[in-house]
Amino acid sequence: MFKYIFKRVLFALLTIFIVSTLTFSVMFLIPGGPFLAEKAPSAATLEALNKKYGLDQPKPVQYRNYIARLMRGDMGVSLKQRGRTVNEIIAAGFPVSARLGGMAVLLALFAGVAFGSVAAYKRGKTLDNLIMIFVTMGISVPGFVVSTVLLIIFGVKLKILPTLGLETPKHYILPVLALSLYPMAYISRLCRSSMLDVLGQDYMRTARAKGLSSFRCLFKHALRNAILPVVTYLGPMLAYIMTGSFVIEKVFTIPGVGNAFITSTLSRDYPLIMGTTIFLAALIITMNVVVDILYKVIDPRIKLGAK
Amino acid sequence: MDITFAEDDFLPASGESRRAGDIMRESVGFWKDGFRRLRRNKLAVVSFFVIIIVIIIAFAVPAFFPYDYKEQIRGAENVGIMRNSPSEAAGSFPHLLGTDTLGRDIAARIMIGSRISLLVGLVSSLLILLIGSLYGAAAGYFGGYVDIVMMRVVDLIYSIPDILIIILLSVTLKYPLSRFSGHAWVSNLGVGLISIFIVFALLYWVGMARIVRGQVMSLKENDYVMAAKAMGAGSWHIIRRHLLKNCIGTLIVTTTLQIPSAIFTESFLSFLGLGVSAPLPSLGSMCSDALSGMYTYPYRLVAPAALLSLIILSLNLFGDGLRDAFDPRMKTSD
Repeated sequence: MFKYIFKRVLFALLTIFIVSTLTFSVMFLIPGGPFLAEKAPSAATLEALNKKYGLDQPKPVQYRNYIARLMRGDMGVSLKQRGRTVNEIIAAGFPVSARLGGMAVLLALFAGVAFGSVAAYKRGKTLDNLIMIFVTMGISVPGFVVSTVLLIIFGVKLKILPTLGLETPKHYILPVLALSLYPMAYISRLCRSSMLDVLGQDYMRTARAKGLSSFRCLFKHALRNAILPVVTYLGPMLAYIMTGSFVIEKVFTIPGVGNAFITSTLSRDYPLIMGTTIFLAALIITMNVVVDILYKVIDPRIKLGAK
Repeated sequence: MDITFAEDDFLPASGESRRAGDIMRESVGFWKDGFRRLRRNKLAVVSFFVIIIVIIIAFAVPAFFPYDYKEQIRGAENVGIMRNSPSEAAGSFPHLLGTDTLGRDIAARIMIGSRISLLVGLVSSLLILLIGSLYGAAAGYFGGYVDIVMMRVVDLIYSIPDILIIILLSVTLKYPLSRFSGHAWVSNLGVGLISIFIVFALLYWVGMARIVRGQVMSLKENDYVMAAKAMGAGSWHIIRRHLLKNCIGTLIVTTTLQIPSAIFTESFLSFLGLGVSAPLPSLGSMCSDALSGMYTYPYRLVAPAALLSLIILSLNLFGDGLRDAFDPRMKTSD
């Protein structure tokens, strides 16, 4: 167990290191270095900036300094938002994004598992068909289409839900719904097919024969085994939620990390691009390790270390 | 226990009953069998026709269409659906979906936008097919240390959050690529589109490589591989002629299912303003442009969004149908 976790963490650290190296080297593709914007700073400012970040030094030295700064957690200052460091911007946006993403994850998990189980239980009936239509649509419609359609229907036409920002709990309804629709549909499909496998097994027949109610059968006996594939999807789902939040935060004007990242790419705010990329990548990679370890812990059938 | 025998059970068969053991049907090959199963899947057939119609609209219709996607008609800005502006000659072709704020015909832009989407999907999946199948087959065929090293690389690329790297590269690749913008094909395709292709080729093949490796590892134990080796066939020959040919079903299915996911990613990038560059339209960037005028012109948003969803939906359904028909083992749901 310990050896497995150690290996996994080491691999994750290597990946984060590679992502930061990639981010560093990709920035040299831009002529004039990261400080060259459309409105070039004055020669004195440029020199001061170059000196502050050691950009006048040879590249290997710069690279060493860059990694050393990252280790200390210093990601530099934003070029476009004067006087704010990248750390401050991320610290301001992350709680907002995390709250939104967390709600979406919970909604997708609970609704997805419920839909999937019910569809499997009512296999071939109208309810199953309805859920499968929802699933197929949910997987095929891009997130920005979902969010704008929700925005038009509930915000513009019916005017029952607010569309901008996140001030009141009511503000969360549309963004969370839009963000969780795709993973919800995916989990429903996953859960339905694994549930169908489980429902056909002998121990389920035994449970029914003992006289357990079908509700108990479904949710106490079948779900425990059927939920495993859903756990494997947790990692990709977190990555999707993060990517999806780029769009959702743009459409609903939410001041999260995703919004900061997209704004930085459009305004060519290079330190912010690098900082948010590495932060989000590290977040996703860490989450994946946690999910992998969790998966091995909850399924006693998987032997750790055995290949 | 009383056992009785019917006497005619032991008589030689004659006439009709004799031919019962004959092979009545003609033999059915891999392709025929698959297509027959595919034809029986109504959803897949309908999706196939939808895809054909979209392809015709995207590639053939713009040639006959009276409006060009980048032509800005003066005095015909923000024209409504099926209308013409007073400044245009009477009796000229109506703007099917109106025009945008710059006086460009939206129907023409949507057609070119879907052409871009389909091209991105197709080219990216072919790139993925090429790189992923060769890489996966090599890893699976050679095995041992080669396999371990090659698969570690795959694991590494797999664990890198691809969307972040895609965005990072599409921001930065524009600069070195724009140095080539003198070349006709670079400026025709647009720097944004090329960086999307490069990124797909760099990162998206790993899924394909894993699937192909798994297949090749089991296929290479077959006797015909040993026979080919005994006759002196080289590794490249065996991989190409025997192993990849035998996982053709998997290859087709995986490639087809890559198309919608590539279109998905392209539209996502274009929606964020990182995909294709103006004046080239993309369904994603058209949705993004329409966001600001959403309250007054909702159809400008609805039309590209609906078409995009339709394309992805029908490609997904068709891909699922292909999988059920040609590669039933890969079936995941129901």
